[in-house]
Amino acid sequence: MEVTVIKKARLLHNPSMVFGMILTIFLAGIIFVGGAFVPYSPFEINMGNRLQGASSVHWFGTDQLGRDVFARMVYGAQLTIGLGVFAIVMALCIGVPIGLLSGYIGGKIDAFFMRMIDGVLAFPDFILAIAIAGMLGPSLTNLIIAIVLVRWIVYARVVRGLVLAEKEKEYVLVSKVSYSSTFKTIRMHLLPQVMPDIIVMAAIDIGKVILLISAFSYIGLGAQPPIPEWGAMLNDGRAYFQVVPSLMIYPGLAIMLTVLCCNLLGDGLKSYFDIRKGRDYL
Amino acid sequence: MRIVLSMIGSRLIQLVVMVLVLSFVTFLLMKITPGDPIRAILKVDDVITTTAEEEKLREEYGFDQPILIQYSRWLLGIVQFDLGESLIANKPVLDMIMGRLPASIALATGGLVVLFLISVPLGVLGAVYEGRWPDYISRWFALVGASIPRFWLGLLLIYFFSLKLNLLPVMGNGTLAHFILPSITLGVAMAPLYIRLLRERLISTLQSSYIEAAKARGLRKERILIFHALRGSLVPLITMFGLSIGSLLGGITVIEILFSWPGMGELIVQGVMQRDYPVIQGYILIVGFLVVITNLIVDLLYLVINPQIKQGKEVV
Repeated sequence: MEVTVIKKARLLHNPSMVFGMILTIFLAGIIFVGGAFVPYSPFEINMGNRLQGASSVHWFGTDQLGRDVFARMVYGAQLTIGLGVFAIVMALCIGVPIGLLSGYIGGKIDAFFMRMIDGVLAFPDFILAIAIAGMLGPSLTNLIIAIVLVRWIVYARVVRGLVLAEKEKEYVLVSKVSYSSTFKTIRMHLLPQVMPDIIVMAAIDIGKVILLISAFSYIGLGAQPPIPEWGAMLNDGRAYFQVVPSLMIYPGLAIMLTVLCCNLLGDGLKSYFDIRKGRDYL
Repeated sequence: MRIVLSMIGSRLIQLVVMVLVLSFVTFLLMKITPGDPIRAILKVDDVITTTAEEEKLREEYGFDQPILIQYSRWLLGIVQFDLGESLIANKPVLDMIMGRLPASIALATGGLVVLFLISVPLGVLGAVYEGRWPDYISRWFALVGASIPRFWLGLLLIYFFSLKLNLLPVMGNGTLAHFILPSITLGVAMAPLYIRLLRERLISTLQSSYIEAAKARGLRKERILIFHALRGSLVPLITMFGLSIGSLLGGITVIEILFSWPGMGELIVQGVMQRDYPVIQGYILIVGFLVVITNLIVDLLYLVINPQIKQGKEVV
């Protein structure tokens, strides 16, 4: 009981955590209020109403096809954040069990597996995502597939490393000699041990994935028009930035603030869980 | 000498494994995906053909062969430095990539210069003034720098420096002025990782006993910082560089597209859009090669910086 109180206090005394939470609540508020009160469809084209400035009717103005920018931003937020979370959860679902098993059971399979991973990991996710998008064809779905295919490897490797450090410790050995099954030992003892690292990594990686999705959409290999993904919106509006700078400002700012949230929360959680400094997740 | 040879050997093995795995996966993906490269070629040339003519073309490019035959043909090609021909441009892929390489390397070099100019001062300030305002500036810079999409940073720079202030050209390349904005974009985008790492390393180095010893000898603060502490923090920075050369090559792509920089990134994005498989495969191969070679150079650099490694000691 006492421990949880101390932990709670530490959570609120952590500046990045507090700032991250405030920013998260602020952004979530905009998304929910926007989702509830904006009467426009993000897809509805109205050529008589193009490139309007901000007004009480169109809060962020309209784009080159007369679509309401605020409605598109809010829709884009749900899409971008949703996809970021989805991709990371999928990657975790594949990577964590494989890392746990590979590290705990070990042996030749583990060695072979890790050699392969080292070969592929020398490759940055951006290049692999390009390769996969190139082979499957450019689309948002294929980009997500590519991200999951790349990210799970990172988790598998980190989790395996953590398990290797833990599995010789006494509590794991005790569990083993008391006839717990492999599954039970992993679930009851090893998984809780690696959980904090996974949470911190996932928080920071959601931000990274959002950056990756928007970059790919910007160069035309991700979300295709008219999907209002933030990066794709920046690509769409490119020709009009000089006339209406807000078309450039809002989506970019939205990406930056969202990723900043992820980084702040990740940093905050890192010191909350007391994960040692300098462990970098690449 | 033995250690040098074994380093080269293990990197070569890594290269071979990487090429085999990646190329096989790309071949497999190519086979299972819908969409037909022959149709893509015909679409580019805008010709209407009969099915028989399509079949003939397919035979010509070897697409009618089983995948394993296609794959082994391609492998046989690489050993002879032949990456095949682009389906769209009808030029050898190797020539196309090599033609683009200098521009990419030039941009990467510019980015590295900016990276160095930003991350060393900010990292040092953060460590020396730990917990005071220069440290906060350095940490916030790193945090915001890691959160800003690099293409958006580039867009903002273009907007202010080219369109509003009219100081620098928007895109293209050739003169020094064209270099400035892309290099800044790349350097700033890469800097956060290095600032953080340098700061953390310097903080722990500054507490170590040999720095205390240098202080006790009465050496000047600046001298200790530059000749002793910074030098001790160099190795992890070089490691980081070796590890991130791949993401440098990836991240440069977006910047090349943004500034219409005629580098490899532009080539690959075009290749992906047109589903020009030989170009994509060739690009992956060349990037893999570059990554492995840089890592080898980093390995060898260690030997120069830290002779302890020669004796087989593990140095972090």
